Amino acid sequence: MGPLDRLRKPSGGFGGRSRSRAGRERRWGGSGQLDDGSRPSRSLLVALVLASLTLITLDYHGGDDSPVESARRAVGEVFGPVETGTATAIRPFTAVPDWFRSRGALNEDVARLQAENSRLRSAAATEDYDRNRLREYDGLTAAADNLGYALVPARVVAMGSAQTFSDTVTIDAGSTAGIHPDMTVLNNDGLVGRVLRVTRTTATVLLIVDTDSVVGGRVGESMEVGFLHGRGEIGGDGRLDLDLVDGAEVPASHDTVVTWGSKDGAPYVSGVPVGRVTSVYSSVRESTQRAVIDPYVDFASLDLVGVVVPSGTRSDRAVIEADGSLR
Amino acid sequence: MSAVRGLVAALAVAVALVLQVTVFPHLAFEGIVPNLCLLVVVAAALTRGPQFAVVLGFLAGVALDLAPPADHVAGRWALALVVVGWLAGRMRQDVKPTATTVVATVAASSFVGTSIFAISGLVLRDPALGVPDLLRVILVAVVWDVLLTPFVLPLLMRMFHRLEPARTA
Repeated sequence: MGPLDRLRKPSGGFGGRSRSRAGRERRWGGSGQLDDGSRPSRSLLVALVLASLTLITLDYHGGDDSPVESARRAVGEVFGPVETGTATAIRPFTAVPDWFRSRGALNEDVARLQAENSRLRSAAATEDYDRNRLREYDGLTAAADNLGYALVPARVVAMGSAQTFSDTVTIDAGSTAGIHPDMTVLNNDGLVGRVLRVTRTTATVLLIVDTDSVVGGRVGESMEVGFLHGRGEIGGDGRLDLDLVDGAEVPASHDTVVTWGSKDGAPYVSGVPVGRVTSVYSSVRESTQRAVIDPYVDFASLDLVGVVVPSGTRSDRAVIEADGSLR
Repeated sequence: MSAVRGLVAALAVAVALVLQVTVFPHLAFEGIVPNLCLLVVVAAALTRGPQFAVVLGFLAGVALDLAPPADHVAGRWALALVVVGWLAGRMRQDVKPTATTVVATVAASSFVGTSIFAISGLVLRDPALGVPDLLRVILVAVVWDVLLTPFVLPLLMRMFHRLEPARTA
């Protein structure tokens, strides 16, 4: 605004003709308030830009225990229930397309069959893995013990926009439902992500397609391990990259990738189907194999998900136990 | 009266934020949704000038940075929307902006705001995305914001105008 001010000032005080000056003053009078307001606005601008930069620095260098985390939690406690309420209010409208496709009992049948289909498909997809696993472990009990977990059902109520370049969603279950950070989130089709932070009533979930997400993966056919990185794209062309640790092993197309699992099942429990190999590249320079994985989960239309909790967790809602019973 | 005005503006930002994360993902194009908070800041800037808009921009930005499901480094949207508030406020040279200037201001603000957010991410290595990807997202975001302008901006500007007499001259 500096040059404009300089231009304007001489013209305002120029010449003695009062009529033109009065006219000029009137004209500028309309935006005079703006000019009055704009001079302090520059220092205000500088102050607010500095405040933003301070916030960025605090959060960037503070990491997980930065003071911003508590602010995030406080804002989440306020916005979480509002987001849940809004999502519940609009659910009938977002469900309208479904209602047109199939109504009443038919709709119910389709949902039941879809669920059954997903279950069978994931069972078929992990067959190789399960068989290998059974062979490796001493007995069925150990495997069943490791795969047995309880699920807290939750719905996705808010989704981060792509403009923020991070793929996160909010679910309507929080610490009162027995959810803590670093728990595995999955749905009927496969692995969804992990819990980043919780408020009392909501939790923020990092999707596995996010660029920050790294999941230990295992190719079901060969039991080879590797790391799955997200590409930051959701929707139909959302893909994951699998870097295999053993450079000599080449996964075949259509091989299934399941989670490798971590200690105590945090952040990922083992044996959850993630996706299917679509293509393989070998990098000579890094001497590793890079496979592209098509995830089973459709991240653009996430709705009902389950959070893996230890069996016997106290929750504010029904918990699906390992044997399929509701508690 | 200024407390009422501030409260109404903050409420508009909160409503915009909730709609942006709950309703619009159902209509999103490849996950990209219109940035309603940015539209509120631009409307405030066009009717009330830069001083009000930078403060509102900062508030809206901090809300976008902290409300779930946000997970990026906090302060990035705040920085972007403060600059947007100031730039859009500068645009208000004549007393009543025409439809064309409003659309142009929204397009420019959306481009600048989303770009600042993306560039801050490049500097902090937060998204780790390529520049072509960033540009595509930014352009789609601009198109979304411009598409929503005729429906949202007149309402918001009328609201901010109605609050204008409350300003003690």
